[in-house]
Amino acid sequence: MRNLAIVVLAAVAMSLAAPTSRAAELTTVTVGYLEITDDPRYEEKRAYARIRVKPHDRPLPGAEMAIRESRILGRVLKMKFRLEWATGKTAAALASEVERMSADGVRYFLVDANASVLGALATATKGRNLFLFNISEPSDALRAGGCRAQLMHTLPSYAMMTDALAQVLIANKWRQVLVLKGPLADDAAFAQAFQVSAKRFGVRVTATRDFVLGNDPRERGKNNIRLMTAEDDYDVVFVADTEGAFGRYVPYQTNRPRPVIGTEGLIAEAWHWSWEHHGAPQLNQRFEKRAKRRMTGPDWAAWVAVKAIVESIVRTKSADFKTVRAYLQGDRMTLDGYKGTPSSFRPWDNQLRQPILLRTHNAVIQRAPLKGFLHPTENMDTLGFDRADKKCRLE
Amino acid sequence: MKKFQRSFLPALVFLMAAPADAGPSGKIYVTNEKSSTITVLENMTYKVIRSFKTCKRPRGIHFSKDRSQFYVGCADDNVIVIYDTATAKLVRRIRGIEEPETFDLSPDGKTLYVSNEEDAAVSFVDVETGRVFAEVELGEEPEGVQVTADGSTVYVASEAANIVHVIDTATAEIRADILVGTRPRRFALTPDEKELWVSAELAGQVDIIDTATNRTIGDIVFLPTGFRRNEVTPVDILMTGDGKTVFVALGRANHVAVVDVASRKVRDYILVGKRPWGLAFSRDEKILYVANGLSDDLTIIDAVSLKVVKSVAVGMVPYGILVDD
Repeated sequence: MRNLAIVVLAAVAMSLAAPTSRAAELTTVTVGYLEITDDPRYEEKRAYARIRVKPHDRPLPGAEMAIRESRILGRVLKMKFRLEWATGKTAAALASEVERMSADGVRYFLVDANASVLGALATATKGRNLFLFNISEPSDALRAGGCRAQLMHTLPSYAMMTDALAQVLIANKWRQVLVLKGPLADDAAFAQAFQVSAKRFGVRVTATRDFVLGNDPRERGKNNIRLMTAEDDYDVVFVADTEGAFGRYVPYQTNRPRPVIGTEGLIAEAWHWSWEHHGAPQLNQRFEKRAKRRMTGPDWAAWVAVKAIVESIVRTKSADFKTVRAYLQGDRMTLDGYKGTPSSFRPWDNQLRQPILLRTHNAVIQRAPLKGFLHPTENMDTLGFDRADKKCRLE
Repeated sequence: MKKFQRSFLPALVFLMAAPADAGPSGKIYVTNEKSSTITVLENMTYKVIRSFKTCKRPRGIHFSKDRSQFYVGCADDNVIVIYDTATAKLVRRIRGIEEPETFDLSPDGKTLYVSNEEDAAVSFVDVETGRVFAEVELGEEPEGVQVTADGSTVYVASEAANIVHVIDTATAEIRADILVGTRPRRFALTPDEKELWVSAELAGQVDIIDTATNRTIGDIVFLPTGFRRNEVTPVDILMTGDGKTVFVALGRANHVAVVDVASRKVRDYILVGKRPWGLAFSRDEKILYVANGLSDDLTIIDAVSLKVVKSVAVGMVPYGILVDD
């Protein structure tokens, strides 16, 4: 009997000792980073004479920077965080990369791809114990009918951006808006999001006009900015030109002296290099030192996705996926996105709630939600799809 | 001739020492981060006497051991500037300190412990020679620095890593890393040094660390009437000499909280300017000065009645306050 007790004690001691000796070794947490080879979104869309209209840079340096920032936390937890980069031509190719990496225990994947690839990848990994983070696609559909339990969004949706713009319009009492819309599907999606925001906040769209880029006099109703802005009165021109080649000519060419917002003039974004509060100068300097360029919205989204993963592991002191998942998606998440208000994921559609920056070419004018736009529980939820909108029901 | 020299020398020494012996200058110095100026106010009347240009992006401000000089850290110039307290004349510069933000002085007055925001390190700087003689790698964006009374330990908060580092000053090695609430900023030590209080800006709370075990043993959450938790962003924290009361600047919540240390309960909230950050006491602790970062002014509070006495416009984005009374 006595002998048995000793044996049992020894067994207990061993099982206690085991985790300690394992903790002494370094646990490595790998974050997968997937991107589409030759993604058309990153084609150098130069306007005439090699002028770069919009930045088209991959957000990879944002993720790399967050991994580097995790090294001291890793020292505390005896963990090492690393990024594994992979590329594929199609969603199926990325799905097989997910397959390969998850066989090695990888549970977190940042995906730099458009809505259709993200949708296909989410379908291919349905029900699996892993997370996909959308870091570069603002499509509202992915936060509505296309939402998925394991698909998280750190980039704000179009709806969040247009809600932020609508708040500015209301705050300034600019209630009449002329919309100029481009020919691309993204232009239509962005203009549609604005229509919804306008209705929600009480802004009136006086007219919506389609534009084309060109000089054909027979199409002057679609390519001549003065003509397109000549009729009626309006307080503001909203431009939906996600490519930017047309939009850049709209300010100062409107027939009436009116401000321009949307994809030109005052722009709503996750991040901008000119943001100077809440530690932003430090983040911007760190990024510029590393990437040799200025930090953009998708860079921020990639950075904050890795931060969310690291934060959840640090706070739960666990490498167990289900424990980490519960924290990451839970309401205790207090993620510092350098925008002054702690971020967390909305349980109904997996969108990261966050302030939106409203910026010009070189200054952040406002931070949404604007003062006075209140919500029963969380003012950041005045931006984008709220629980009550019932666009997606993951809960 | 010799005789004359002897009698003259003590007189000269006396003359040189005069400013230090003359007692406090009765001035209040405020560093203005965005206008790169220092505003000088007159104590008692709280009138702005003058304002002068200093190095770029001045933030932390601290007395030398005998208070005859003060140090100002400038992030954009990578410099710590030393001024004469009585005259506000520049004495010298300590150059090559990477982005100094805040700092603390060793009890013997010989070493400055400077947090280098950009380098993710704390530098040990010899005040006399200006030489950095040790550097410790920390989490991203170190901010608050606190030295113990015996000088053996320095605490540094890493804003982005949510860690308080406990550093042995003799060996320049990290003794412990303590995980705290999101975005830790500043410290206050109880007089017995058994508790270290640290503000966690984005968590909207102050965490209390037991210095014997290096573990958090409690926290205080702030909620002035009408505010939600994520609108409360505590930064500077100041404890009275008797260790009974703590004042906490609540940032975006535009209030200063008054906390009873023993019960860890919030006694009061005082409405101040926009985004209060920096705090300082008068020597007798009867007046509390509050630097309001977003309204470019200083709120002056009667620390006994907890009523606001006055608010005074200073430079753009006031950060640190030094009271020479």
